[in-house]
Amino acid sequence: MTAADAAPYDTPPPELKRQLQRANRLARWKALGLVAPLLVFLIVTFIVPILSMLTRSVYSPAFGEVLPHLSEAVQNWDGDGIPDEAVFAILVTDMMAARSQRTIGQAATRLNYEVPGTRSLVMRSARRVARLDAPYSESLPALDPRWGEREIWAAIKRVSEPVTPTFYLSALDRAQTADGSIVLNAEEQRLYVQLFWRTLWVSALVMVLCLALGFPIAYLMAHMSSARANLLMILVLLPFWTSLLVRTTSWIALLQTQGVLNDLMVWAGLVSDDGRIQLIYNQIGTVVAMTHILLPFTVLPLYAVMRGIPPSLTRAALSLGATPATAFMRVYLPLTAPGIGAGAVLVFILAVGYYITPALVGGRTGQLISNLIAFHMQESLNWGLAAALGALLLAGVLALYWLYDRLVGIDKMRLG
Amino acid sequence: MTFAPSLAPRLLTATAIMALGLAACDSGNNDAAEAPATPDAAVADATPDTPIEEATQSTETTLTIVSWGGAYTKAQIEGFHKPFSERTGIIIQSDDYDGNIAPIKAQVESGNVVWDAVDVETAEAVRLCDEGLTVPVDHSSLPPAPDGTPALKDFLPGTLFECAVPISVWSNVFAFDASKYPETAPSTLDDFFDLETYPGKRGLRKIPKFNLEFALMADGVATDKVYEVLSTPQGVDRAFAKLDTIKDEVIWWEAGAQPPQLLADGEVVMTSAFNGRIFNAQIAEKQPFEIIWDRQIWDLDLWVMPKGGKNLDAAMDFVSFATSTEGLAGQASWIAYGPSRKSTLELVGAHAEYPDVDMKSHMPTTPERLANGLQNDYEFWADYNDELEQRFNAWLAQ
Repeated sequence: MTAADAAPYDTPPPELKRQLQRANRLARWKALGLVAPLLVFLIVTFIVPILSMLTRSVYSPAFGEVLPHLSEAVQNWDGDGIPDEAVFAILVTDMMAARSQRTIGQAATRLNYEVPGTRSLVMRSARRVARLDAPYSESLPALDPRWGEREIWAAIKRVSEPVTPTFYLSALDRAQTADGSIVLNAEEQRLYVQLFWRTLWVSALVMVLCLALGFPIAYLMAHMSSARANLLMILVLLPFWTSLLVRTTSWIALLQTQGVLNDLMVWAGLVSDDGRIQLIYNQIGTVVAMTHILLPFTVLPLYAVMRGIPPSLTRAALSLGATPATAFMRVYLPLTAPGIGAGAVLVFILAVGYYITPALVGGRTGQLISNLIAFHMQESLNWGLAAALGALLLAGVLALYWLYDRLVGIDKMRLG
Repeated sequence: MTFAPSLAPRLLTATAIMALGLAACDSGNNDAAEAPATPDAAVADATPDTPIEEATQSTETTLTIVSWGGAYTKAQIEGFHKPFSERTGIIIQSDDYDGNIAPIKAQVESGNVVWDAVDVETAEAVRLCDEGLTVPVDHSSLPPAPDGTPALKDFLPGTLFECAVPISVWSNVFAFDASKYPETAPSTLDDFFDLETYPGKRGLRKIPKFNLEFALMADGVATDKVYEVLSTPQGVDRAFAKLDTIKDEVIWWEAGAQPPQLLADGEVVMTSAFNGRIFNAQIAEKQPFEIIWDRQIWDLDLWVMPKGGKNLDAAMDFVSFATSTEGLAGQASWIAYGPSRKSTLELVGAHAEYPDVDMKSHMPTTPERLANGLQNDYEFWADYNDELEQRFNAWLAQ
């Protein structure tokens, strides 16, 4: 500090400059040190899994690893007719090696993703191939005629490449044919596009219901004495704190055909005992349970925004001659827009990813795309397809987020 | 709560891995795997000359044995786990799963295997073995029957698999609440598909396996022709067309504990179920349920051991014990699943808790029930499961 006193005011001496820089650098490192744990946490738990998911959705080297020589040989095949005897012979030796290594199942599963039904072709052939005689280009098709089809060999050539569009195509109900063109799957195999639309529809419906139910509650809470408002708040928060599973199973008890609601309706004479209404294990169940579970996510931001709106504004509008309806529509409602926006985005994005609730109460028609992602993760073990479905869902959410930002502005969002 | 929607599956895996990681901590030090406390026939290769210091220093072995939960796991805890722990000092931690083999794949691929032995169905046993995820088993090393019959001859024919040891025969049957049918109760598979005579909701397991077979049989296909028909596209269409006739009336269940619950709640009038679960509801919960044995589809449950398990020797000892004549008799005195050994069949008698219940009469393996039933074709399902699952899911969503 003493050096600074002696120096002219506008040009600090180099030493002071250095000190300042050092102090700044230190402050920056300290700040970084404070942020570092969160940064590392985000990278490890968020960025890396997303990247690994995106990788898995296009990268699938299993076939080439299990049948390496075949994968190499089939690259030289020109795609006309079927390959020659040399490739067949390599197929046989590779299959025998893979069978003794117990890895043939992985290759068969990978090929099956490409052409449904070929798992059995590979597995059955691998079990019997040791008993076959050369020339294999005759004995293999004799074992199973599919070995003589160009389509199978084109598929083998495709799966030999580690990078593949298959999973994304499957996720859009499409597949590649032998000549490389992309076609829609047969109607009875189409599933995912329909489920994506259903997921968007159910999420939008839940969002609208949450806003319709949440707005009056929030309004009421914002305009009553704080003692009463707190009581209502507890009623909103208590279910919010209750476990998701408990709430979902309570809905089962309430909604099932022998449940509380149906019993009440029968007692009141609204429906006959034989005519009980199916309220659960279908889309109604999914929508009702999800609306209940997500309701606090609209009430809380709406309440926070409404508390901040001075009552004098509406009074001013009224004193200037507006009817109560006009004052509400033109003054109050626009002021709640940040809360509506925040609630809508939160509910919609959460709803798009729901899977426990639809799995429990959705039955056949209430399943959402995340149920199929969970299915491919847990049961079919087709992790590539699960990753592709997840990536498409992520892209959809990002697109909606972008749209929201363009239409409303993300800076207008307030979470309370 | 799924906060990042598209991440749901990832989070799921992450949670699963974390949960498994915790389980791994529990099993801790496994150095003592080879030195059980008491010598026993099942653990004959225990080294008697283990230095005393080592034996006292090392902690006890813990095995994680995974099964289907509920009444079934209870039967295994009473029949297998407790007697095995008493004999060997090995602690057994019982874990439940719902038949999804994804955790086995995840554990083997990540090199962190925490499940030592898992109770699976045949199609899964074959598939796991094909993909190199479970270890092969030397069946000749399994203990012989008390009368000296070697294990290979004692197990029911056609039940030994390369990487698996059979436990029991269980069955997919239909069950109904008898109190709802005071006059004419349903008695055949056809009645399940007959909505006119027996109106009301039906329960079915949410997988294509068994349902397609039931549909074909109800549509008039003979039991010995079912898989032949089902391996043709026309056969698959025919099965789905039959299921279409009851589609709107079906409630789909996923866990074995659900069917008795759905029946008890009156949510369905008839449901497919695992016979042992219905047995348990009849005996332990005194429910007025009845089983339709007509054209049951029976299958096996088997032990498999994931590759890379840290206690493979101890796990093999457990599997040997749990599939020995007396071990199997232990389970068979708790739940009505037919033991996989001929020598155990002779030992099946009364229920362990309810001595007036004769277990034999509740087994799916009585001669007339077997003659009328269908064996699940595990090879068919190992080969065709993926494409039929896809078709089934698309059919459900429509």
